[in-house]
Amino acid sequence: MTPAKIEIENLSLTFADRQVLNQINLNIPANQVTALIGASGCGKSTLLKCINRLNDLKPQCDIDGAIRIDHEDIYQKSYDVTDLRRKVGMVFQVPNPFPTSIYENVVFGLKLLGVRKRHHLHEAAEKSLRQAALWDEVKDQLNQNALQLSGGQQQRLVIARALAVEPNILMLDEPASALDPISTLKIEELITELKQTYTILLVTHNMHQAARVSDFTAFLDQGRIMETGQTRDIFTNPRRKATEDYITGRYA
Amino acid sequence: MHDAMEGFSRHISQQFNHELEGIRTEMLAMGGIVERQVHDAITALTKNDIQLAEESKRLDQQTNQMELSIDDQCTKMIAIRQPTASDLRLIVSISRSVSDLERIGDEASRICKHAIDIYNSGENPKGYHEARHIGALVSGMINDVLTAFARRDLAMAYRVAKQDIRVDTEYRTAMRTLVTYMMEDPASISGVLNVMWVLRSLERIGDHARNLAEHLIYQVSGTDVRHQTLKSIKQTLRDDSPDDEDDLNPNSE
Ligand SMILES: Nc1ncnc2c1ncn2[C@@H]1O[C@H](COP(=O)(O)OP(=O)(O)OP(=O)(O)O)[C@@H](O)[C@H]1O
Ligand SMILES: [Mg+2]
Repeated sequence: MTPAKIEIENLSLTFADRQVLNQINLNIPANQVTALIGASGCGKSTLLKCINRLNDLKPQCDIDGAIRIDHEDIYQKSYDVTDLRRKVGMVFQVPNPFPTSIYENVVFGLKLLGVRKRHHLHEAAEKSLRQAALWDEVKDQLNQNALQLSGGQQQRLVIARALAVEPNILMLDEPASALDPISTLKIEELITELKQTYTILLVTHNMHQAARVSDFTAFLDQGRIMETGQTRDIFTNPRRKATEDYITGRYA
Repeated sequence: MHDAMEGFSRHISQQFNHELEGIRTEMLAMGGIVERQVHDAITALTKNDIQLAEESKRLDQQTNQMELSIDDQCTKMIAIRQPTASDLRLIVSISRSVSDLERIGDEASRICKHAIDIYNSGENPKGYHEARHIGALVSGMINDVLTAFARRDLAMAYRVAKQDIRVDTEYRTAMRTLVTYMMEDPASISGVLNVMWVLRSLERIGDHARNLAEHLIYQVSGTDVRHQTLKSIKQTLRDDSPDDEDDLNPNSE
């Protein structure tokens, strides 16, 4: 078993007394792809946001339990949240490009980190746009406003933006929901490539995408972890009936 | 997960429920025809009924067609539905099973061909007793394994796998007996050789019936027990009844 990059221990979260995450225990192995699956509203995005500390400032949000990255508790007072965001790249479910040029979107994070050398920024922009399978489509219009891109192009743009700062954990929330089959396969190829150097957490509603690209799968049901295991076991012979019903498309 | 049979009707997609139920029904129907092929082939041989032999051979075309059709439906379902978990195992199990059933049908046709050869040669060779005996054993195996499929009964599937050991033993004994017949009466050699081929086919039918039992065990339990000893299959099924001689047979793979 590969060592855990992220350890989630007894994590519970409530929004205004509504229990959204319930006693989550989960280890995310380093340099592997972990898929998080579960019905709409079960808490997948919320769990990802906890790993990036995007929930704790929300009003009426209560978080209990611990999340450790590289054995360090990210919720302790002294933890540097800017550093955390740099380490943990996140691609949101709804693409959120900034209303600036394509180029500025991609290099935004690097600039924030103080990178100023133009050739360095150019290189990084091209590399991440290529990785996200977007370069060929936008290379001649890098100064165009990012909001004019199609939905699927925006999705790849925000992936490029996350990759540009070279985080070591990458969280992808439905990264291919608006992509055509070819772009989807390219993103899946990218995910497989990136796991050499990154730890990847993937939320997807596409069961076969989870089966194709992930090593481990965690099934979340109404804020609880119902089953975790090797992806190949979960998709051929799950232990829990709830998992079976979900992945085979049966009424619970 | 023994409720997965009724589970066919629990998919949100009604069409998928119908498709799964459909291939399962067709496979059992094919099994019924194959069972009859084997039964008729043995009767044709032992009763010298050449007409029955011809009829049984004609059934083989029907089961060949069914194999192609069911397998084609399995392939389409895999492409279109991308099944997982128990659905995937059901489809894989059916696709494997129709191939074993088709080969049982082929062996039955071979038996018919030998029955016709014997009839045409005008001989009345020894060895029918052995053929009838082993024939009854393997017919019983096919019947039981199809019942096990219909009921998803793993204990019954296990008994079928076990019965194959008995068939193998009886087959070796019978072959020895037949060799003795040939040595005692060299004039009978060509006739007895035909019966030997029949026994060989029956023994293979037993192997295919065991394969079918293993496909069912995979379908229901999720464990692929092909090429395993009976003892480890028994462990897979968490059957803790006391072992008998066959369970412990080291050649039981
Ligand atoms: N800021 C918030 N305030 C109140 N409730 C929230 C907030 N964010 C999420 N929730 C609730 O938490 C639950 C889990 O939401 P979450 O977005 O994590 O679901 P999800 O599993 O990502 O679903 P989907 O697959 O549809 O994206 C939902 O019931 C949602 O209404
Ligand atoms: Mg979500």
